[in-house]
Amino acid sequence: MDEPIIRKSGAAAGVQPNLTDYEKACAEFSWEAARAELDGLPDGGLNIAYEALDRHVANGRGGKLALRWLGKKGEVRDFTYAELNAAANRFANVLAKTGIEKGDRVYTLAGRVPELYIAALGALKRGAVFSPLFSVFGPEPIRTRINRGEGRALVTTERLYKKKIAPWRSEIPSLDHVFLIDGREADKHEEVIDLQGEMDAASEQFEIAQTGPEDMALLHFTSGTTGRPKGAIHVHEAVVAHHITGKYALDLHKDDVYWCTADPGWVTGTSYGIISPLTNGVTMIVDEADFDAERWYSILRDQNVTVWYTAPTAIRMLMRAGADMIEPGRFDKVRFMASVGEPLNPEAVVWSNEKLGRPFHDNWWQTETGGIMIANFASEDIKPGSMGRPLPGVEAGLVQRGDDGSVREVAEPMKEGELALKSGWPSMFRGYLHEEERYRKNFAGEWYLTGDLAMRDKDGYFWFVGRADDVIKSAGHLIGPFEVESALVEHPAVSEAAVIGVPDPVAGETVKAFVALNPDYEESDALLKDILGHARKRLGPAVAPKEIVFRKSLPRTRSGKIMRRLLKARELGLPEGDISTLESDET
Amino acid sequence: MNKDDARKLIVEELGNIAPEADFDTIDAGADLMEELDIDSLDFLNFITALHKKTGVNVPESDYRKLATLDGAAAYLAEKTD
Repeated sequence: MDEPIIRKSGAAAGVQPNLTDYEKACAEFSWEAARAELDGLPDGGLNIAYEALDRHVANGRGGKLALRWLGKKGEVRDFTYAELNAAANRFANVLAKTGIEKGDRVYTLAGRVPELYIAALGALKRGAVFSPLFSVFGPEPIRTRINRGEGRALVTTERLYKKKIAPWRSEIPSLDHVFLIDGREADKHEEVIDLQGEMDAASEQFEIAQTGPEDMALLHFTSGTTGRPKGAIHVHEAVVAHHITGKYALDLHKDDVYWCTADPGWVTGTSYGIISPLTNGVTMIVDEADFDAERWYSILRDQNVTVWYTAPTAIRMLMRAGADMIEPGRFDKVRFMASVGEPLNPEAVVWSNEKLGRPFHDNWWQTETGGIMIANFASEDIKPGSMGRPLPGVEAGLVQRGDDGSVREVAEPMKEGELALKSGWPSMFRGYLHEEERYRKNFAGEWYLTGDLAMRDKDGYFWFVGRADDVIKSAGHLIGPFEVESALVEHPAVSEAAVIGVPDPVAGETVKAFVALNPDYEESDALLKDILGHARKRLGPAVAPKEIVFRKSLPRTRSGKIMRRLLKARELGLPEGDISTLESDET
Repeated sequence: MNKDDARKLIVEELGNIAPEADFDTIDAGADLMEELDIDSLDFLNFITALHKKTGVNVPESDYRKLATLDGAAAYLAEKTD
């Protein structure tokens, strides 16, 4: 790679990085030692929420600021570790009172409000499984995910409930309890519960559930090429990885003020927006508002943020906003900046180093890995555009799949292969809920196959190449084409649909749909808008196509599968590749 | 452009991006993205569309002035005056 290397010249002033010597840290690392940095439950067992909250209170750190919430309208709410612990206990009591048992799934659908964080931690204390949903999802993705996870309880807001839940609630029999965060002033409906009223009446004391390391704790939905979204199961032992990767890859120190901009509706916002900062005992900033360049720079300065974890789309939006906004002094306190969600382009790394005075450190992981697996470290040189090197305790390789399902390791430098990880790290997913077969397909021997194509240079740095499948990555969110196509063909005019990701300078990729119409319908702008509106209504803006075009028919294989790959190659002007299986082309 | 014309144009452009939006029921003084259920990419597309139609170049630092329907109409009216 001819990109300039960003050298880290010796020890920077001030804080010494947690990981100073990469090779040594890798050689000396063991997961047992990482586990020993946590306390475990007093009577044995392991619980994520205990490590995040109770343990700090028990060790005399209850008075420390855990969470500072910044509201859209300028409000500020502060929670110390003791206060957050008490609130989570109250919610755990509320769940117990309503009959939520160990293993039951508790969902959240809300913007970034304190109650969301309290619900997550309280659910874990109860021994229930926390499953976050993204509040910008439309009714359809929400319903699918609650249904597949057999959600028993949901914490949401009145607005989201009315718009996205109420229309289908009666069709999901498992969903017994819906708590409204802002339900106090609302008309009392029989089918919803006023969360605040219940919280006020609940005790601040709660005996935490006796969960074991292998008990299910988190259920994160992710998308594949085919079929419905998959519920990736994570267990309480994942906290060992959440903790240690926060320490090494994000360089979290206990005096840090840390801001993760990710929404807890996605895995980053849970692993590194709730759990890891709390187990590491830092102060975390939560901003309710969406991206706004001016606001973000102000938060970094006014809140004295020292560690900042954000995403390429946001970084590119900051670049668009220009460097004029960066006043001198605004970045004095920020010590470490990291990025995740999709590969961070080298220009963005170089830009940050020049304009912000420090580089973004890209890292790589996915829903299934539960935590950061490959990273650029605070003490290590950065090769802009590279995702970095594997975390201590993580063994990454590149493999090629054979026809018989076996894999062969690719050893040559800069040769493309599928990124694979040796099984066994604590936050590895333990299954897709109710889909054993789909889970098994991700493994070949001891390798977990990630579905991402990458290369490794002679220094051991990994470079992202692309996806091995048709999954779309837009603004850091994984979108399954099948979920979008299914919603499109539900429109009466649409006979078939194919969905691909097209490059976008800000979002990385955006969703583009090709639709063919049923015989009685004619192509028109009005119909196009109607189909777009239909898709957005069902899927929400984060998943729905940004662009739809008509086709008379779509390219299919002999077995009837739509060849998205071919549509994409044509869209991008790339070679069409092997089209020997093409039966009928698009028209 | 007066405020009414500006509002009409804004509704039209937002309607192209989010055809499902119901402009009759939204609160014109409330957060547009929340009221219409649009995301930040939709918002960027909206800004681009306004630029195409009117020539008005909205700098990033002014985005928050367009955060509500009323605010956006006032902004556009002023800039096209």
